[in-house]
Amino acid sequence: MIDAVFGPFVEFAFMRRALVGCLALSLSAPPIGVFLVLRRMSLMSDAMAHAILPGAAIGFLVAGLSVPAMTAGGLVAGVAVALGAGFVARHTVLREDASLAAFYLLSLAAGVTLVSMRGSSVDLLHFLFGSVLALGDDALVLLGAVATVTLGWLAVAYRPLVIECVDPLFLRLSGRASALTHLSFLAVAVLNLVAAFQALGTLLAVGLMILPAVAARFWARDLAPLIGIAILIAAFSSVAGLLLSYHAGLPSGPAIILSAGAIYLLSMLFGRRGALIHAQAAGHLRG
Amino acid sequence: MTSAGSPALVFHDLTLGYDRRPAVHHLDGIVHEGDLLAVVGPNGAGKSTFLNGIVGQVATLGGRLDLCGRTVRDFAYLPQRAEIDASFPINVHDFVATGAWRRLGAWRRAGREEELRIADALARVSLTGFEARPIGTLSGGQLQRALFARTIVQDARLILLDEPCAAVDTRTSEDLLAVMTGWHRERRTVIAALHDLDQVRRAFPRTLLLARNPVAWGSTAEVLTPENLVRSRQLVEAWSSDREPCADDGHGPSHGHAHDHATAHRKDAAA
Repeated sequence: MIDAVFGPFVEFAFMRRALVGCLALSLSAPPIGVFLVLRRMSLMSDAMAHAILPGAAIGFLVAGLSVPAMTAGGLVAGVAVALGAGFVARHTVLREDASLAAFYLLSLAAGVTLVSMRGSSVDLLHFLFGSVLALGDDALVLLGAVATVTLGWLAVAYRPLVIECVDPLFLRLSGRASALTHLSFLAVAVLNLVAAFQALGTLLAVGLMILPAVAARFWARDLAPLIGIAILIAAFSSVAGLLLSYHAGLPSGPAIILSAGAIYLLSMLFGRRGALIHAQAAGHLRG
Repeated sequence: MTSAGSPALVFHDLTLGYDRRPAVHHLDGIVHEGDLLAVVGPNGAGKSTFLNGIVGQVATLGGRLDLCGRTVRDFAYLPQRAEIDASFPINVHDFVATGAWRRLGAWRRAGREEELRIADALARVSLTGFEARPIGTLSGGQLQRALFARTIVQDARLILLDEPCAAVDTRTSEDLLAVMTGWHRERRTVIAALHDLDQVRRAFPRTLLLARNPVAWGSTAEVLTPENLVRSRQLVEAWSSDREPCADDGHGPSHGHAHDHATAHRKDAAA
């Protein structure tokens, strides 16, 4: 049993690299996910994750499978969509969710087309679902750097971010922090998606961000525990997913997200604030 | 009753509006330091526009407003439907503490002085003991009390309140009124949009009666006369119908202008 858990990581460098990458991502993405969920922006994060694809694909067309080129392209595209969706919602009849759905489809189609112009179907799979088991030095540095920046940013912006979530007008009227807080939040979210893209690909990048965050909602009520539990769930899913993929021969990215998904479903049923407890409480009231 | 204080807000022929459609016209007047001013008028009279205009959330279409050396950031403003996300996991204490944001910024922790201020604010709105409750579990009246506590903690010299007593029970309404008169005793400037004329007569020395145009502005007894109230209702009704809304508008009584007013008004009514 102990060997089944530690063996793969002791024996294989690629497993260790995958573990380090995923744990770095588990530190930074879930806190951002918690705020995205609380601000009802989970759909927005999904659209931004897709928007990264054409940007990264252009980087790929220019420089091949180079982490810096794909990261730069993804960052530009992600920020453009984050700002663009807000702009479209403010200045046209379309509501933000509709404009996000449009961006999402457009980006996916454009990205797949761009990758297929030059790459093989293996490259395409890499783009769509990531390659946790083939994280290079560049990618590991990126994941670590993003985790560092994210945690540092959270330490600085935590208070204005909370105020912005609870009462945006209050923050807007009491200073310049409002726009700065909102824009830096979007920027950090995009950073995390670009990092997650390396490990999990476009289609699953939001997985370690949103699933742990929504699962944590079934366990905790206050913000600080929510963030802590989300991080723990993400880290546990990473380890469980990697082991699952190693022992059962499953694709690693999907195995990690499936683990997180399983925890989400279990939390929904058995969590302290989940469905079963809720049903039980309702039963008590009925007597 | 005249105010001895220096000017806090000076309106120079101020016209405010949305999408270039005026909603409050030609305001001239002075709010003095320490004034306790009620803004009354029928629905759609522009009370919210007036307050939103003071904090710069509504475009100035004409004239100007002199903040007398202050900036909007020095004001405390409690909008009618505060854009509060009550489902956000924050407890009453932390929520009220956000009132200290301008003094504490992103990092400084609330020291003894701020904690005393928060405890005192909670006591003044009778929410002592609710500190650990998430704001999502508060009733409408309790949330309004919490918002007042946050406003107390803000410690602003000029306080703007939009229908602070709408949709709360009588007891809460009286308690909040006591907080407002408390601010007045502390020589703070308070401007509140209200609909309960009885409350205004009891507690507010000065009143602005608004019906798109200022109908009357002065001591409450002189403003809230039956004739003025009837006139304000007629004015707002005139705005709602397609009758020529204001002859002395100065924007020119062209057909297109009148039409603009009417559509703007229908939009307000729908909102």
